[in-house]
Amino acid sequence: MISRLEVQETNKMIQESKLDVRTITMGISLMDCLDSDIKKLTTKIYDKITKNAKDLVKTGDEIGNEFGVPIVNKRISVTPISLVGGGCGSSGYVEIAKTLDRAAKEVGVNFIGGYSALVQKGCTKGDQDLINSIPEALSITERVCSSVNVGSSRYGINMDTVRQLGQTIKEMAFLTKNESSIACAKFVVFCNAVEDNPFMAGAFHGIGERDLVINVGVSGPGVVKRALEDVRGADFETVCETVKKTAFKITRVGQLVAQEASKRLGVPFGIIDLSLAPTPAVGDSIAEIFNEMGLEHAGAPGTTAALAMLNDNVKKGGVMASSYVGGLSGAFIPVSEDHGMIDAVNVGALSLEKLEAMTCVCSVGLDMVAIPGDTSAETISGIIADEMAIGMVNNKTTAVRIIPVIGKNVGDTVEFGGLLGYAPIMPVNKFSCEAFIKRGGRIPAPIHSFKN
Amino acid sequence: MKGIITVVGKDQVGIIAKVCTYLAEEKINILDISQTIVSGWFNMMMVVDLSNCGNKFEDVVVGLNKLGEEIGVDIRLQREDIFNNMHRI
Repeated sequence: MISRLEVQETNKMIQESKLDVRTITMGISLMDCLDSDIKKLTTKIYDKITKNAKDLVKTGDEIGNEFGVPIVNKRISVTPISLVGGGCGSSGYVEIAKTLDRAAKEVGVNFIGGYSALVQKGCTKGDQDLINSIPEALSITERVCSSVNVGSSRYGINMDTVRQLGQTIKEMAFLTKNESSIACAKFVVFCNAVEDNPFMAGAFHGIGERDLVINVGVSGPGVVKRALEDVRGADFETVCETVKKTAFKITRVGQLVAQEASKRLGVPFGIIDLSLAPTPAVGDSIAEIFNEMGLEHAGAPGTTAALAMLNDNVKKGGVMASSYVGGLSGAFIPVSEDHGMIDAVNVGALSLEKLEAMTCVCSVGLDMVAIPGDTSAETISGIIADEMAIGMVNNKTTAVRIIPVIGKNVGDTVEFGGLLGYAPIMPVNKFSCEAFIKRGGRIPAPIHSFKN
Repeated sequence: MKGIITVVGKDQVGIIAKVCTYLAEEKINILDISQTIVSGWFNMMMVVDLSNCGNKFEDVVVGLNKLGEEIGVDIRLQREDIFNNMHRI
């Protein structure tokens, strides 16, 4: 029988260390909604989402209450919309975005992901129309999230689209300049995007997935930090073992919640995403884990090694705790959503370049980074290209969610609110990459033997 | 269905009596109780069986929370599975 100490340990994790299940995300395929008539298409999309997800929020809350563990977000991911709306011409996409937003509000989820296109090798007309519509779609909707996959280890990087996305990001920043350029916080550029990611803004329901699926994202940086407090000064073996055991326990909760949600909703269980996802709350921070490991601030020399170790041991511990692991699975390092990272930027410990190095060893990439609003589109494309190259060469998922905040400069702070947090504006390298970005075309896939 | 009830708060007369009365009214059977007092702080764990309880699990959670507020202690009811899953392979 369970002992009182074990009960206390679990409840301390929940109450003091902010253990929660970060998201239950229902993946919904929209392939059976296809229609060349935009009215019929949007009606079918709305009906399919609201019918299948009508109990998602209620069920999530019920499970949370019964187990006594908060389930913070309930969300939906759908088939990449570039595929769904391809028959409706360019004007149809924005209508679909509005429909997704309405459906999300109807069922009460806070985000719906999948306003997406997969263009690693090139764009179809539908892909191009969708990408062209992103600034408008994200600025007039509230809950729709968008992503574009521009590269993969298999096919290289589509630099034409990378070039365009620099302008796309600038445009959506401008369109939402009165709301801290918030549209950019709902848009991710990927290399090697995964099809079963439950986390926003990059979630979409891959075309290799079944009709409906439940994916769950766990969290718990606070629990890892608390566990490491007990082994202060111990060697790396002890640190790794502690992280592994903690990740195992966290993931078991996620697995339990996922199975229960799957059973109650009558929707098959897909995967658990083993990510350590921070929030702006104190005690729920990846940077605090670095502090506990012995780094004065995130970004100090040793940070990349610390992150590599953390990321690997979260996976090692988590994999055995779940029957199916997928998604992004690793530690997230969003700047605005982690007060320790924000502090590190404020004291000058963490630069964009160091963040880029850190993304080589963790999921996912440059995430929720605020930069000056006058940064050029080409420079943003250059930052994206660098991050995509890291993913392509290292066979990993990388992403860029960057926000050029119109009207703000280095030294200013921008407030996004809620889970998206707040961020100091980070300085960007001033030297130009314009001629490089203007070349256009594709970067071919890398060779994967002769590794050195 | 089994649940775990934890009660934490400043010690006073009648905590167990009040919790047990509530459980009896809800037809919830107590399988195990362990309790200690450390520096005046009351700390109890109960394993209970809710198979014969007519109300929904969630409603009992809310009922116990309310009772806790009345007494001035923190009462939580959680399904046993979360502890088994976390601490047993």
